[in-house]
Amino acid sequence: MSTLTKQDTFSSLIEAAPNNFASARATGKEAYVFQGLPAVKAEEYKFTNISKKLEQNLTDFSTAKPLPLTDAQVKAAVHEGFEGSVLVFSNGQFIPGLSSKIDEVEVSLISEKADLPIGSIANPKKDVFAALNQASFQDGLFISVPKKTQVDKAILLLSFDEANEGQVIQPRVWIEVGDFAEVTFIDQTVSVGESTYFVNEVVEVKGGINSQIHYYRLQNEGKNAIEVSTIETDIQKDGRFSSVNISLSGDMVRNNLNLNLKGSNSEGNMYGIYLLNGKSHVDNHTNVDHTIPHAESNELYKGILADQSRGVFNGKIFVRQDAQKTNAFQQNNNILLSEDATVNTKPQLEIWADDVKCSHGCTVGQLDEEALFYLQTRGIDKLQAKGLLLYAFAGEVLEKIETESFREYCDSLIQERLGSKF
Amino acid sequence: MLSIKNLHASIEGNEILRGINLEVKAGEVHAIMGPNGSGKSTLASVLAGREEYEVTEGEVTFKGKDLLDLAPEDRAREGVFLAFQYPVEIPGVSSTNFLRTAVNQVREYRGLESLDAVKFLTLMKEKMKLVEIDQKLLSRSLNEGFSGGEKKRNEIFQMAMLEPTLSILDETDSGLDIDALRIVSNGVNQLKSGKNATIVVTHYQRLLDYIVPDFVHVLYKGRIVKSGTKELALELEEKGYDWIKDEIDSAATV
Ligand SMILES: Nc1ncnc2c1ncn2[C@@H]1O[C@H](COP(=O)(O)OP(=O)(O)O)[C@@H](O)[C@H]1O
Ligand SMILES: [Mg+2]
Repeated sequence: MSTLTKQDTFSSLIEAAPNNFASARATGKEAYVFQGLPAVKAEEYKFTNISKKLEQNLTDFSTAKPLPLTDAQVKAAVHEGFEGSVLVFSNGQFIPGLSSKIDEVEVSLISEKADLPIGSIANPKKDVFAALNQASFQDGLFISVPKKTQVDKAILLLSFDEANEGQVIQPRVWIEVGDFAEVTFIDQTVSVGESTYFVNEVVEVKGGINSQIHYYRLQNEGKNAIEVSTIETDIQKDGRFSSVNISLSGDMVRNNLNLNLKGSNSEGNMYGIYLLNGKSHVDNHTNVDHTIPHAESNELYKGILADQSRGVFNGKIFVRQDAQKTNAFQQNNNILLSEDATVNTKPQLEIWADDVKCSHGCTVGQLDEEALFYLQTRGIDKLQAKGLLLYAFAGEVLEKIETESFREYCDSLIQERLGSKF
Repeated sequence: MLSIKNLHASIEGNEILRGINLEVKAGEVHAIMGPNGSGKSTLASVLAGREEYEVTEGEVTFKGKDLLDLAPEDRAREGVFLAFQYPVEIPGVSSTNFLRTAVNQVREYRGLESLDAVKFLTLMKEKMKLVEIDQKLLSRSLNEGFSGGEKKRNEIFQMAMLEPTLSILDETDSGLDIDALRIVSNGVNQLKSGKNATIVVTHYQRLLDYIVPDFVHVLYKGRIVKSGTKELALELEEKGYDWIKDEIDSAATV
């Protein structure tokens, strides 16, 4: 069996990679070998010992093959009320045959775009898992929204994951949104079964001038799934990228979200909820890089942690010297429902410009007992009163989801989890 | 309806209630007065079931049941209502959703069918008139950003919605201007009947011009030290509490 302390742990996976995108893969491999898997004390992975987790759980360093999916399975997995197009992934691979055609939007396998500058947005040198994916992904999705196109209905990126025990799944997505175009993506995973597997996803988003991109993500995987995701985007002049990330389960999940504000009057929004129980461990690392003046970023992540679950939040705001008149706001609030639940939260502000408005705050606390008592004195059952308060706490993030059917779906999942159906 | 016998309660080791005795019958209005810090809110909280207080001695029966044995929500469902001295602001919980959940849980406990959206709205409109509360307030989060007076009005509105048999109003008059006081008292009076009872906690006699009590009790240092009729309230208004304090404190040192 391999040992994960060496850089060549995933070498068999890298060796087995397709031979397209040769130079990108070579760069990825080099960056992977150079960085190695995070050491125990690695600052960026301090609270998330992903290397150990992989070492203990991965047994088969091969890529999980796509499953034989049917249209009926796909239909059944789409949430109620959803009206948009569906792009289907099976164990990380895009399956055109099961996917919708979308008017005015170009969709293809990533392998059909030989000249794509893969890794030019999600830099493999910044994170070893981005490097690993770049070196060894199988195939992925390319999607391009032409300029001035309003895609009215959301596009659902629906991933079915069912690996054999200990296998690897590596989705790779390239999204281009032209100038003045607007589009909403919903990135959702359906785990089939309870096996242990490792998902290592990279999504690169290239936004145009004044493009409006909404990226919603629902992580509701099997409780044994181990996942690292990297979503990175460059936001141009007048452009806006808004993400909402909802994590409800998984064994160990690490989300890297990197927004690069590259044009004046651009805006990056990062919102998230992690609602965890059992032994789930979810780590949200966000990084917003203000490189130019007059840009804005807003961030709100909220955590509700029960049982022995653990939440990690690390929010980096980087304001470069030229980025005068920056507005950057960050909040992370957590409620611990058990003595065994843990949160590590760390704002990381690096501000080199002097004329900026930045604020940040984080809280870790329990449920408000006074509010709970108040609700009980009105005849509301204690458990339900708790649910009501927690739901209200989460609501501030949920309301950032602008696609109604998806918001209602997330809402119902959260209410169900909180035991507060009304 | 309510019978309190030798009730002692403490918090963090400090005894706050030190032997309260009180009998309240259906149809009655009792006023509890007394200087600040005498234990009025503590008594109200203990009756409503606040867990921080430890009852060390005594008993409370409500409609024949051991009240102290019930969870706060079951006390409410049995018909106890506490209008808070300081109503809690709960951001993100819509007033309407909250009330509908409350009303239906109470109804279910009382064996009544739950109200659908339409019936609930009708009931709400009817009760809103009673306390002249603005619809706009109820479309906001529960008590969030409400003025002091609006919060108090909302307490009485909730009371009207939940139709309690025993209402405990803790300093509902404080923070109300004269018009609001009239409206709130008017609401309380309209809800009064021969079947329910009201305990009015206040330290001004002003409120008692509007909600006329059958009995007035003075709470001091955790005990009811004097009881009388509404004339007692007038006497207190005139003379303040010092004469009572003196009476009790000198008796204690003898
Ligand atoms: N949480 C608490 N911890 C300690 N002492 C308390 C607490 N709450 C109230 N008290 C004390 O109990 C006494 C009675 O308070 P309270 O019932 O609020 O009086 P009232 O309503 O008559 O003004 C006061 O001396 C107050 O300081
Ligand atoms: Mg008081």
